[in-house]
Amino acid sequence: MGLRIELDPGKCSGLGLCEAEAPELFEVQEDGSLTVLDDHPSADRRAECEAAVASCPTEALRLVED
Amino acid sequence: MDHLVVVGASLAGIRAVESARKAGHTGPVTLVGAEEHLPYDRPPLSKAYLEEAEPDDVRFRTEEHLRDELAVTLRLGAPATGLDPKGRIVAVGEDELAYDALVVTTGGAARTLPGEPLEGVHTLRTLDDAIAVRAALDAGARTVVIGAGFIGSEVASGARKRGLSATIVEALPVPLVRSVGEDMGHACAALHRANGTDLRCGATVEALEGADGRVTGVRLEGGEVLPADLVVVGIGVNPATGWLEGSGIELHGRDGGVVADATLRAADRVYAAGDVVHFPNALFDGELMRLEHWTTAAEQGALAARNALDPESATELGTVPYFWSDWYGSRIQFVGRPQADEIRVASAPDDPKFLALYRRGDRLIGTITIDRPTQIMKYKRLISKRASWAEALEFAGLG
Repeated sequence: MGLRIELDPGKCSGLGLCEAEAPELFEVQEDGSLTVLDDHPSADRRAECEAAVASCPTEALRLVED
Repeated sequence: MDHLVVVGASLAGIRAVESARKAGHTGPVTLVGAEEHLPYDRPPLSKAYLEEAEPDDVRFRTEEHLRDELAVTLRLGAPATGLDPKGRIVAVGEDELAYDALVVTTGGAARTLPGEPLEGVHTLRTLDDAIAVRAALDAGARTVVIGAGFIGSEVASGARKRGLSATIVEALPVPLVRSVGEDMGHACAALHRANGTDLRCGATVEALEGADGRVTGVRLEGGEVLPADLVVVGIGVNPATGWLEGSGIELHGRDGGVVADATLRAADRVYAAGDVVHFPNALFDGELMRLEHWTTAAEQGALAARNALDPESATELGTVPYFWSDWYGSRIQFVGRPQADEIRVASAPDDPKFLALYRRGDRLIGTITIDRPTQIMKYKRLISKRASWAEALEFAGLG
């Protein structure tokens, strides 16, 4: 069982709240698009991931268990 | 089992009920909303909702989800009218709701102009407002916006995107000068002018003109009349706390907002969240602030519910304020506080990608950017870890 972050680029508007919560996992680029720096984060990052997902104003992120 | 009542069914309210369930609360939850609509998201109302394309659904959750998944009793379409914090009773219409824990998330009401109401004159706060403004734009309205704040500026941007004329009337000599400072105000004014919006600063509205109950124009001091089919009044928001007058809940002397402590507690088992509340922000040395920001409403709603249900282990809120606004395809982002001892523009004078840093004492207290989406959250982190001014200047390449 591992964690996986799913980004819906159609919903993401690059506001960067996820980056504020988890800067090692997300970064908004110069053009406003979002890069998921690590889409299979280790289990000890669960709290960060959940905070990032909950912070998104456009509900563009999902945390799934593989 | 404790009954949680949340009064106010917007973002802070929905986050309150979601967080109560997430925290394991299994008792009854009631969500009271003044509007008929299910809880919906406001930022799109002055942005994508005004565009020509069919707008997306702005509701946060379906009625079924709220009722079946979250086991929330919805009471929509009538506002709360009174509170008895000693008896722990909220009055809603003819009914009295007994609560064990209460979260107040009634937000605010858009300020309006004095005088008789005229068709074609709107504020932009609610979904019904947005539907009316959208319909006017669909009809090709000549648009006059009163107030060059963020909402008004987004409306002007929306009108221009459709190729319609837009005029903004602003009483101040520079837009937003009180909220973000003079240089930034000029940068914002430049965005309007570059995109064909007629920005009138230092202009005072004398009266709205109408015929047969419909607005026809905006008359300025000095006599000029700006023809208008749509007038959007964007002159701020008053906290919606009329229902709390006389309840014993402390209301702020300046604007009537609820005064809470750092755990968002306003009285025994009464907590408040969102645009309605003044709270001392632990990250800014306890500075009392009332924020009308999406992100604050979201985190406060969640915290207020947890604290209301378990006051013994209540935690304090320390947060870096953040807001964004989209104008003419550009994005303005602000983190922190604008009240500063010094504001330093860190971008080149001819660079439309604006950057300014705000200093209070020896500390970076705020940052604003235009179209620098990859930088803004890095400044937010600097502010949240109380970075020094020198560190901030170095990060900005000015050290």
